Amino acid sequence: MDSLAAQLQMQYRNYILSLYQQGFLDDQFTELKSLQDDGSPDFVAEVLSLFFDDCVKLVGNMARALDQTGTVDFSQVGASVHQLKDSSSSVGAKRVKGLCITFKELCEAKNYEGCVRCLQQVDIEYKTLKAKLLDMFMFEKQIVQAGGIIPQVDIN
Amino acid sequence: MVMAAEPQFHVLAVDDSLFDRKLIERLLQKASCQVTTVDSGYKALEFLGLREGVEINDPDAVSTSPVIHQEVEVNLIITDYCMPSMTGYDLLKEVKESSACKNIPVVIMSSENVPARISRCLEEGAEEFFLKPVRLADLNKLKPHMMKTKLKNQKLEEIETPSKVESGTVAAVVEPESEVEPKQIYLQVVQQEEQTVSNNKRKSVEEGLSTHRSRPRFEGITTAV
Repeated sequence: MDSLAAQLQMQYRNYILSLYQQGFLDDQFTELKSLQDDGSPDFVAEVLSLFFDDCVKLVGNMARALDQTGTVDFSQVGASVHQLKDSSSSVGAKRVKGLCITFKELCEAKNYEGCVRCLQQVDIEYKTLKAKLLDMFMFEKQIVQAGGIIPQVDIN
Repeated sequence: MVMAAEPQFHVLAVDDSLFDRKLIERLLQKASCQVTTVDSGYKALEFLGLREGVEINDPDAVSTSPVIHQEVEVNLIITDYCMPSMTGYDLLKEVKESSACKNIPVVIMSSENVPARISRCLEEGAEEFFLKPVRLADLNKLKPHMMKTKLKNQKLEEIETPSKVESGTVAAVVEPESEVEPKQIYLQVVQQEEQTVSNNKRKSVEEGLSTHRSRPRFEGITTAV
């Protein structure tokens, strides 16, 4: 008989697997999870929180830099894109990182239209990821409340 | 046989990004290291005692003794390359040019794979160059480097007690059942130094392991940390 905890654990596993399969997360996220332990139980949440703060700040910088009447300083946009690429890479945010790579090329090509479109995509993408990860944390909370332990999900 | 706990390595981590500092700190803790993080090359130099802090007003302290943290031994410096005002490369140079700190291994991290940058850092004396994101496996490679410095510091302390080496008594308590003559200790240190000099660039992990696994007794000695 399936307890609530067991059901939640199964759903959680499937959910995590789908995040990887759909390319939201990569193995750097797995590495981060492996660094979390009883001594640092909130490590992943803390790091993600810093990451999303960075997203808000950097997307804001990019938007301002692209909003200049007159000549746009593409190197300024590029600098923020570079930072976001680095932090998304460090956190395992695969789609965001991929977009940043494209974005960087558009900056170097000084493609204004392309940059504006890409910025919109980055904005949507990080917000989507944030929502997905909040769901993940919710799942974890529910599992613990149902008396279960959060399963280690083997991606391979 | 004295079974000692694994030695505590103290790492100084330098990165201007809070996010990256948090990451490297956790990684180092997970690798069983003590960590101090600073957000700039200048702060790193202050911590190492190579640069006077703004608050310190004692003129006598300037060149005679480091202003702070004299007792804190640093076994490794790991620094980001791209930092405003002082880059990781600049910090590397300062450390390697100082007599007090030049033997501390320095590792550079960068998110960019630029071969010219990597070789420049290695030529300047960096032990390793890690591409970000840095992984736990990367850090575990560093243990032999840190162990080398720790052992060297311990041995140098022993040698620096002058007359004991010549008189034939054992300079320091190495291990109760040790029968090593003082002259042999000296020779071992010389060998180690020669090895350090010849392997200045990317040191192989295997080499480090084979040199030091044979001397487990030194793990029992704790230096002031």
